Amino acid sequence: MITVQDISKRFGDFEALHGVSLEIPSGSLTALLGPSGSGKSTLLRVVAGLEAPDSGTVVIDGRDATGLPPQKRGIGFVFQHYAAFKHMSVRENVAFGLRVRKRPKTEVDARVKELLGIVGLGGYADRYPSQLSGGQRQRMALARALAVEPSVLLLDEPFGALDAKVRAELRAWLRRLHDEVHVTTVLVTHDQEEAMEVADRIAVMNDGNIEQVGGPRELYEHPATPFVMSFLGPVTRLGSSLVRPHDIRISLHEEAGSLQAQVDRVVHLGFEVRAELTLGDGEGLSVQLTRGEAEELELAEGDIVHVRCVGPRTSVPV
Amino acid sequence: MTVERRTRFGLRAVALLYLGALLAVPVGLVFYRTFEHGWGAFWDSITTPAAIHAFQLTLEIALIAVPLNTIFGVLAALALVRGRFRGKWLIEALIDIPFAVSPIVIGLSLILVYGSSGWLGSWLISNGIQVIFAVPGMVLATIFVSLPFVVREVEPVLREIGDEQEQAAATLGANARQTFMRITLPAIRWGIAYGVVLSMARAIGEFGAVSVVSGKISGQTETLTLIVEKRFQNFDVAGAYAASLLLVVIALVTLFAMTLIKPRKEHT
Repeated sequence: MITVQDISKRFGDFEALHGVSLEIPSGSLTALLGPSGSGKSTLLRVVAGLEAPDSGTVVIDGRDATGLPPQKRGIGFVFQHYAAFKHMSVRENVAFGLRVRKRPKTEVDARVKELLGIVGLGGYADRYPSQLSGGQRQRMALARALAVEPSVLLLDEPFGALDAKVRAELRAWLRRLHDEVHVTTVLVTHDQEEAMEVADRIAVMNDGNIEQVGGPRELYEHPATPFVMSFLGPVTRLGSSLVRPHDIRISLHEEAGSLQAQVDRVVHLGFEVRAELTLGDGEGLSVQLTRGEAEELELAEGDIVHVRCVGPRTSVPV
Repeated sequence: MTVERRTRFGLRAVALLYLGALLAVPVGLVFYRTFEHGWGAFWDSITTPAAIHAFQLTLEIALIAVPLNTIFGVLAALALVRGRFRGKWLIEALIDIPFAVSPIVIGLSLILVYGSSGWLGSWLISNGIQVIFAVPGMVLATIFVSLPFVVREVEPVLREIGDEQEQAAATLGANARQTFMRITLPAIRWGIAYGVVLSMARAIGEFGAVSVVSGKISGQTETLTLIVEKRFQNFDVAGAYAASLLLVVIALVTLFAMTLIKPRKEHT
């Protein structure tokens, strides 16, 4: 378990973290999700000891780690750009942590072999990082981090430098790996889809603060703030609220709580139909319907309809 | 023959002529002139006691100055690239002084400090330590003139490799010494090697600053460059060329030694 309490960090004039507190349960895979500059990477680096906080404490497995150097925190860290040791073979890279701990050679060899098997690089032990693809390098970096049996695995945008296809593969692979290895893992990402797919808990960060922490579904269905709502999926504005385009029901008759709107445009996108409406106050509204719904309503440009929201909404200051 | 090919050949010819006229011909002539009067004359002129002593002294001074500058250079480069402290610009500017100031001025400035009437020299002499017109002063002058090379070669390499590999090593449990020996040093060794070659070339070839502080005492404070000058002034042109050739040989041996430490597996 990692407990982060009231962490603040400032770089010159830029305040990266404003008194952030967060609990990461043992064995979980938690994502720190947010746009660039939200402080998610800084928070991860503070947990790793690569960045010293201006104030606040970090407790890892019941031990105050705030003043400890990275070497003594029992962590594994994976960098966005791999940080492969270029002059060492894959085998030497993975063995590094065990070598500096002066473990016996037979133990090191066995452990390296096991890990290269787990990450699917069994046949690549004698290659050099420059001879590997990006995805392979990152798997090597993961094996290297796992070799020292860290109590916490920290991943800083680990798939950020990879192309979309490899990224999707590695995501699924990481999820499976976590289910096997069960090491407490923190993943930093700016990709909400990645966070929703891989993590069992997500902390959404914005502007140096944590906006909300919860499971992927919980955050999607019960967003606490307009920021969380808009960061996790598409939103449209209905009156003084943000709502999801697929949570808006259109009917031809006025209902309790419904607003009147005029249809501007109907776009058929295969299974899905998108309707652009204008509300009575002149605000635009985007609605997502199934083809069946659209056909039943016989929506056409110029129609006057009534809309209401049936899903979560967050109020925004008008 | 297409126009591009003609241009390419033209450019090559110009480059070769330029290098030939400025470098190859003069250095080649040194070889030619050295052996003009046969191997025996050459051997005699490099085995005089003064020449042997000068050869030893040149190496001795270089072997003190170059390792010191290498250690200082690597530490300074690390501090300048990785460190966060005030007054960095001042150190950057100071390191370039040997490049900017004429060697003669450097020699004179050393006399001002360590000479018999200098503000440190008088105290040193009263304690029995002679710096100026002795080997310590020549070592100081050589350190001074060859100081920037290793720093300036290692700095850009350190900047380029960044500190992510070092951070990764730290998270894997490596202490500062292990990280330096296993990660940083292998990554910058080419920069160091190049800096050492340049420092060595400068150290053995230095004339101006060493000439001022040496006093040119034959068999005591004479280096190879000083012998070359003295022989040339005394119309012993063949002798001057012979001593020059020794300087060239030291430079070539240094270059060769550096290629030996070339990484066995080069992967970039």
